[in-house]
Amino acid sequence: MRLMATSDKPKRTLIGQKQSKLLTDLLVYVVLSVVGVIFIMPFAWMVANSFKDIRGIYTYPPTFIPDVWRFENYTEAWSMTHFDAGFLNSAIVAAAVVFGQLLTASLAGYSFARLRYPGRDKIFLLYLSLMMVPFTVLLIPLYVQMRAFGWISTLQAVIVPFLFTPWGTFMMRQFMVTIPRELEDAARIDGCGFFRTYWLIILPLTKPALATLAIFTFVNTWNSFQWPLIVLGKPKVKTLPLLLASFQNQSGMRTPWHLIMAAATFVVIPVLIAFIVGQKYYVRGIVTSGIKGGA
Amino acid sequence: MAANLASADGQDKTKPSGWAEVKRAFTGLRRGETIAGYLFLLPNFAGFLVFMLFPIFFAFYIMLTDWSLAKPPEFIGLKNFETMVNDRLFWKSLSNSFYYTFIAVPTGIFIAFWLALALNRKMRGIIFFRTVYFLPQITLTVAAATVWRWIYQPEIGMINHALEWFGIDGPKWIHDTRWAMPSVIIMSNWQGIGFAMLILLAGLQGIPEEFYEAAAIDGASSWQRMRFVTLPMLSPAIFFVVVTSLIGAFQAFDQFFVLTQGGPADATTPLTLYIFNNAFKFFKMGYGAALAAVLFVIILIITIIQWHLARRWVFGFDED
Repeated sequence: MRLMATSDKPKRTLIGQKQSKLLTDLLVYVVLSVVGVIFIMPFAWMVANSFKDIRGIYTYPPTFIPDVWRFENYTEAWSMTHFDAGFLNSAIVAAAVVFGQLLTASLAGYSFARLRYPGRDKIFLLYLSLMMVPFTVLLIPLYVQMRAFGWISTLQAVIVPFLFTPWGTFMMRQFMVTIPRELEDAARIDGCGFFRTYWLIILPLTKPALATLAIFTFVNTWNSFQWPLIVLGKPKVKTLPLLLASFQNQSGMRTPWHLIMAAATFVVIPVLIAFIVGQKYYVRGIVTSGIKGGA
Repeated sequence: MAANLASADGQDKTKPSGWAEVKRAFTGLRRGETIAGYLFLLPNFAGFLVFMLFPIFFAFYIMLTDWSLAKPPEFIGLKNFETMVNDRLFWKSLSNSFYYTFIAVPTGIFIAFWLALALNRKMRGIIFFRTVYFLPQITLTVAAATVWRWIYQPEIGMINHALEWFGIDGPKWIHDTRWAMPSVIIMSNWQGIGFAMLILLAGLQGIPEEFYEAAAIDGASSWQRMRFVTLPMLSPAIFFVVVTSLIGAFQAFDQFFVLTQGGPADATTPLTLYIFNNAFKFFKMGYGAALAAVLFVIILIITIIQWHLARRWVFGFDED
């Protein structure tokens, strides 16, 4: 450091390294904060406007703090969009998909990681290669299939096809391979069958990976839009993102942005909570498996 | 990956292959393990066959038919692809997809790179910033696009109001054919940058401190440290981010559907939205499936090109 400082940065020797680092830190803070404000602004506007009245929305120039605080926006938006049914639908779908994926992925992951049988690695390679198929390619054939099953406008259509996850299985397998075999052998010698070994030994040790998969799947399922849009036509079965999207299209002359913002706030909150609670697992999931949230 | 597979399989190498192996697996000492292995895999594999493998093969058939769902499918061979050649909207949506992808991805990764560099400094409160930059990523696109639709309103929206402080008369954003696509790109990058940032940050944190110390002893300037230490060491992470972002961008749908509905004048209709419209608005299943095949081929080609280029610019690419 010293050498460098004298050779090409004479400034550093003048004010000393410590001050120089402090100065750079300060600069970085300023830049990070400015960018941070840009990132947080849309959220802030969403919440601020969810409390305004329609006049406040169309006031020019716009103000950040509402003149009149209308908390009724939330109850109004809630009843106008039938959000109670939407919440229930979204919750049912998210819970079913999360538990289903945890079960099928951990079972198959254990099978791939630990049990030996013919064809295992070939099947695993097939899983890996199909991870690359974009979902857009599946949309049409899967829709036709759902029609044939009579599942259009039922929650099965957004649950059942998503109970199985190639990348979740891959993640489970990768994690379980690292668990020391001795633990399992001890259980087997004590007379545990394969299922008991899986349930009592492997599954508890896999908790971090299960948590990662759970939070990822929850966020993705809760936010899922394209597929529900295609298969859930009837209002009764619609999930929250669909209700939010249709809410803003049914507006008349003056778009009721204050109500739309209140509705958007509703929908975003559960995911924000899930993220803040499980941030550690979410971040690790991205870093280790590189799977993106969202669509 | 390959190494990993082999090591897990170490004991199996001496076993006979083919049918004899299968027979032995079901009759020998390890019969229990074989049966358990298949049973554990069964629920997952069944779903995988029905909801993934079958639809993929089914798609190949659908794209060769004229099918409105009201009548049985009519086999027409490659006619859907012939139609495509003269379909102005197909070319428009294809070029929109390329426009979106090849502007949004490089700009997004460029910004994410600088943010990751800043976040890699050992300072207080860094985790707070990381969380803030990541929040849009987990927000559902529909809600985010809803908020941005309002932000982009020419009269009452926040952006044009902010521009006015600087005396700039802002454009009509999502209502202007020239500005609509940049509007979607800005929103998408706001939302998606957290992902690239996290991957790059993890990559930066994996670079050993000694490398920088060695470079400093050799008298490397900060630019040289960036060029000869940071960038080569980060290249696997950059490669990963580039590939996944390109694939993701070609599949983007939600933001287009909510923010612009593909307009004005189809200026923001990407291939995904065109597929959706054909299949689920006009009920042209065959044509939709053919369009989806084009999207798949594009993604495949980009992936292959990237893997080939990676040999040249990704550090240590051939080693594992």
